[in-house]
Amino acid sequence: MAGNMGRALISLPAKAKRGDVIEIRAMIAHPMETGFRPDSQGRLVARDIVNRFECLFEGEQVFACDLFPAMSANPYLSFTMRADMSGELVFRWRDDSGALSEEKRRIEVE
Amino acid sequence: MRRAGGFVVLGSACLASLASAEIPLDQRKSGADFISAATRAMQEDDTANPAMLSTLDGESMWNEKAGGAQKSCGDCHGPAPKSMKGVAARYPAYNVARQAPVDLSGQINACRTDQQKAEAFKPESAQLLALSAYIGSQSRGLPVSPPDDARLASFRARGEALWSQRIGQLNFSCAQCHDDNWGKRLGSALIPQAHPNAYPIYRLDWQGMGSLQRRFRNCMSGVRAEAYPYGAQEFIDLEVFLAHRARGMPVETPGVRP
Repeated sequence: MAGNMGRALISLPAKAKRGDVIEIRAMIAHPMETGFRPDSQGRLVARDIVNRFECLFEGEQVFACDLFPAMSANPYLSFTMRADMSGELVFRWRDDSGALSEEKRRIEVE
Repeated sequence: MRRAGGFVVLGSACLASLASAEIPLDQRKSGADFISAATRAMQEDDTANPAMLSTLDGESMWNEKAGGAQKSCGDCHGPAPKSMKGVAARYPAYNVARQAPVDLSGQINACRTDQQKAEAFKPESAQLLALSAYIGSQSRGLPVSPPDDARLASFRARGEALWSQRIGQLNFSCAQCHDDNWGKRLGSALIPQAHPNAYPIYRLDWQGMGSLQRRFRNCMSGVRAEAYPYGAQEFIDLEVFLAHRARGMPVETPGVRP
């Protein structure tokens, strides 16, 4: 982690039944500086937003999106996937400074 | 049109000011009762509450050694879920060394300088808000319990006087909105009763965390008064009064507000 990228908060069920549709929620601390905001001296603060989020399950993309300056600080994303087998989910956020934040979570499917 | 609207607001406030009175205890409502269902759901779900990012930062800080003494909060106090349970609900409390009440942020900074031999956190810094949110969250669900301490009485009385004091170019007191006109609208915004039981809060408008004093300063600039600086005695006095006014209400820290 580097720059403005902060702590991530991820929520998903630890266990699921095969075929269940599960909800995954991912939030990351980031100021999402729009590039349109002046500082106390009247100068524009450079844009720095999380511009890409990806979630992979065992290497296969299950959700991805591009983000734009209208997103609020600490972007919160919620999406679903069908749980077909146990495995590892990888969550990746990338911001304008090039900083990358990665988190991993396991899910057990019965 | 805008000007005419302004006069209507002022006019109704003047009428109401004749009837300024404390809200009966059983009619008190938390700020959470005035927000949308979506914002409330956000506050009540720790996986959706953006204030949890700061609260979890506070949890890490609790065990970080700091200052010349190289001590962490946990080295003296032990695990926070046990030692800090109900603590935030009792603040502001009288501090003997300072011969004045201190609020939770003030107490954190007193620990920083006196025990850890570290530099005090700046007001509204991410660290101070994170530790306040973490300590505050240990009192979640417990009643606001201002200490029954005679030394606080004069400060509380001053806070109450400030609460009823008209200020700013709009010439409003806190009481005129939050005692007399809660539940009505100021422009598009619903006027809450102004209880301090969810602070520090994540305010969607701020896109971040803020303390009760930041909220005070917001209201003060709203009525076009010159806001006191962070840490001003006037703010502490107001906090002492507000804790008394919200006594018994459950702590919600860390709250989410629009």
